[in-house]
Amino acid sequence: MSATVQREITPFRRFAADYASNKIAVVALIGVVIIVFLALFANLIAPQNPYDLAQLDIMDGRLPPGAKSPAGWTYWLGTDDQGRDMFSGILYGLRISLGVGFGSAATAGVIGSALGLIAAYAGGWVETAIMRLVDLQLSFPAILVALMILAFLGKGVMNVMLALVIVEWARYARTARAAALVERRREYVEAAECLALPQWRVLFRHILPNCMPPLIVIGAIQVASAILLEATLSFLGLGVPITEPSLGLLIANGYQYMLSGKYWISFYPGLALLVTIVCLNLVADQLRDVLNPRLQR
Amino acid sequence: MTVWIFRRLIQAVFVMLAMTVIVFVGVNVIGDPVEILISPDADQAERIRAIAALGLDKPLWEQYLRFLWGAVRGDLGRSFVFNEPALQLISQRMPATLELAVTAVLLAVVLGIPLGLLAGLYPHSLFGRLAMAGSILGFSLPSFWVGLMFIMIFAVQLGWLPSTGRGATVTVFGIPWSFLTRDGLAHMAMPAFNLALGNIALVLRLTRSGVRENMPMDYVRFARAKGLSPQRVVFVHVLKNIMIPVVTVLGLQFGSTVAFAVVTESVFAWPGMGKLIIDSINVLDRPVIVAYLMMIVLMFVTINLIVDLLYTVLDPRVRIGGAE
Amino acid sequence: MTDATLVVTNLQTHFQMRNGVVRAVDGVSFEVRRGKILGLVGESGSGKSVTGFSILGLVDPPGGIVGGSIKFLGRELVGMAEPELRGLRGNRIAMVFQDPMMTLNPVLRIDTQMIETVRAHADVSHAEARTRSRDALGLVGIPSPDERLSSYPHQFSGGMRQRGAIAIALLHQPDLIVADEPTTALDVTIQAQILSEVQKLAANFGTALIWITHDLSVVAGLADDIAVMYAGRIVESGSVESVLDRPLHPYTHGLIGSVPSRNKRGSKLRQIPGMTPSMLGLPPGCAFRQRCERASEECKVSPPITHPAPERTLRCFHPQLELAA
Ligand SMILES: Nc1ncnc2c1ncn2[C@@H]1O[C@H](COP(=O)(O)OP(=O)(O)O)[C@@H](O)[C@H]1O
Ligand code: SF4
Ligand SMILES: [Mg+2]
Repeated sequence: MSATVQREITPFRRFAADYASNKIAVVALIGVVIIVFLALFANLIAPQNPYDLAQLDIMDGRLPPGAKSPAGWTYWLGTDDQGRDMFSGILYGLRISLGVGFGSAATAGVIGSALGLIAAYAGGWVETAIMRLVDLQLSFPAILVALMILAFLGKGVMNVMLALVIVEWARYARTARAAALVERRREYVEAAECLALPQWRVLFRHILPNCMPPLIVIGAIQVASAILLEATLSFLGLGVPITEPSLGLLIANGYQYMLSGKYWISFYPGLALLVTIVCLNLVADQLRDVLNPRLQR
Repeated sequence: MTVWIFRRLIQAVFVMLAMTVIVFVGVNVIGDPVEILISPDADQAERIRAIAALGLDKPLWEQYLRFLWGAVRGDLGRSFVFNEPALQLISQRMPATLELAVTAVLLAVVLGIPLGLLAGLYPHSLFGRLAMAGSILGFSLPSFWVGLMFIMIFAVQLGWLPSTGRGATVTVFGIPWSFLTRDGLAHMAMPAFNLALGNIALVLRLTRSGVRENMPMDYVRFARAKGLSPQRVVFVHVLKNIMIPVVTVLGLQFGSTVAFAVVTESVFAWPGMGKLIIDSINVLDRPVIVAYLMMIVLMFVTINLIVDLLYTVLDPRVRIGGAE
Repeated sequence: MTDATLVVTNLQTHFQMRNGVVRAVDGVSFEVRRGKILGLVGESGSGKSVTGFSILGLVDPPGGIVGGSIKFLGRELVGMAEPELRGLRGNRIAMVFQDPMMTLNPVLRIDTQMIETVRAHADVSHAEARTRSRDALGLVGIPSPDERLSSYPHQFSGGMRQRGAIAIALLHQPDLIVADEPTTALDVTIQAQILSEVQKLAANFGTALIWITHDLSVVAGLADDIAVMYAGRIVESGSVESVLDRPLHPYTHGLIGSVPSRNKRGSKLRQIPGMTPSMLGLPPGCAFRQRCERASEECKVSPPITHPAPERTLRCFHPQLELAA
């Protein structure tokens, strides 16, 4: 109480300090940044364009890690059956996995949050209808909902994206509604209503920003689970086309060579996937602890 | 109580109806029903005859009622690939999946609860920390990749376990079971453990947080003040309280485990209904897909119902107040 | 002193926290005689419960007894091996807790919780244990105890639950019962009933009783002796009559002044100014001095225990002899 504050403590600075209190979470955040960087600049970093069939030589297929390419550089992580450099394949695969993961999580976030806010604000049958749908959907596991949608629509990247969005919107909606119901009771909303501001403005300019912390936490978790689900669906052969493999498909491609001991084709993409998911989950964990101390574990 | 059960049953029927609507709309409105229900190699005259025979020229609501009527009688069409009733196909594959899923859930109980108890009683020990880190990993691991790594290590490198398939089975009540033979068990070890990983992590965490929540409670201290042995305090007093959330979550998780068996079965070529559904999606054998979906939805609704009932049996506080 | 059931000498129970040591009990001495009731009084946080738990050996890490002695019927409890201590708990020494809603296990039936207590210390059949449990329930005034045995705690009212807990404490007719604010959570009529019943039981069985409370008026009608606790220390003790009639410690004066019945109608209730100090890193000296009107330079060192009268103890440099009006 009596301690005088020397430096100005902005909310962000406090947030950063809180976040940094857990060293593992900091490492995980750095990991996420590096992974995103690798994915974004895959075309600059990778020694080879794994999707350009002209660059691939089937004679180089299934070389072990450390083998030399005809051009003289090293396949540090070996090659797959197409003669594709695994390291390059993983970088490009990361790009697809992250793109699908972030893209669908963000889309689902916008749609789900909007529906959740509308439910909280409209009340009545609108709220009942939206929340019943949320309950129904959340009572089934994500993989089943995704399979159902792919069964209706057929396979393909866009359909996987759509399936992910449909799988994920419900959790955002539930979170946004819960947060909005709390915020609505606060005075500032009443004040805004007294000023006769239009409803949508109250909703999106006043309530939404205050609902952001829990939505950010959910978002971080959802990105990780979207990436995992996409990899799983691609592994099952329901996702990305074989010519532009994501991490899940790279792993699937190595399956048949596993039995002859050529582990690297499946192993390294899986490791990349694992590290990505672990880092994202750790970041999400710490965000939850920092943004909402009451919601721990 | 009976009123409550009745109300809960009605609710379940409504969920089931909602799902039939969703599946019906999914295949008939989003997908093309002709393509779905009539084999692709049929010629034009055959198509028109089939459309009339299947009632696809009727209004949508009438088609839905037909579909519903068929579903109630267990008729969900014939598989294009196997030319067998779709429901029969699913039913034949179901025991293998259930066997795998039940084993996985049992593994989660047998491993997760003791590990969680230890981790909860000694949270600051090396074991407690390792268990926590391990459980985070358990949630983050891509399950299919772990399955591949199992195969690589235990089948390829060490040669201890067979890599794929179901192995020798024994037929009881007309259904083949793997768990009754040594070979069958050897085949089941890796897929069951693979499928159980996420559940083990979940049960471990639930048990651990349950222990940590319950140990400081007054009733535990009172039990100790009565002079009870630590074993009785932990295994009777604390465990009984923890079992309520654990059983509830595991029960609900059983459905997810069956759904997730799709992945495990694909990795280990386990001949269950998950493998069948993936193959069917790949060749667009939609009657089988519809049959699978209806079957698994029915299973989910039933499980939710059972878990709710079980919950009231386990928790005396709910048992009395449950009728509201 | 030969009939002393419990003799506590210079007991120290500390909690090793990350940011320092909490001296929850810091040099406490008292004794309880057979069939007598000691009222342990003090504000919340003064270390009363920790004292009680120390006697039963139920202080968990990061806490622990770091010094002193607890002699129960001549046997030293401090440092006693856990199995031996467990044989005493619930058997020769029983404890009743503050919140009856929390002390019984919500998912076990009353009979289960009673029978296990009987069989933990007596080699008797299940049926015999059940009979004893029923008798104990009857003893504490629970109607139709036979049927009540098969209930779950949530089917009991708060008062009934506390009677149940007291019945459990009585199962083995212990030599000592530590009752930690057992009536605080109950309403006044039930509180009065339980008090008079407990008083009778203690007298009949020759059980020594430590009655912990923050409410001086409870102790006034119940106890034989009184010990006033403040910040981990007993600041004043003696027989109930002598301490309440002639309080010496300023804190005791404050406590008496804040009891409603002692005030003239219409006069303002006197509150002790200030708050209970944080027990973390308490500075040396008398812990009451920030709130004490009589504090002087001298009070910056710990006041020693003095005996202003036979059978009385005091920790204060400037005892207050006149009664506060
Ligand atoms: N488990 C514990 N960990 C740390 N400090 C504790 C613990 N239990 C009690 N204390 C400390 O001991 C002091 C006395 O507590 P307690 O005996 O419960 O007080 P009372 O029963 O008189 O209200 C308090 O200041 C409290 O902070
Ligand atoms: S020792 Fe001093 S400060 Fe403490 S109570 Fe006595 S007079 Fe007050
Ligand atoms: Mg207390």
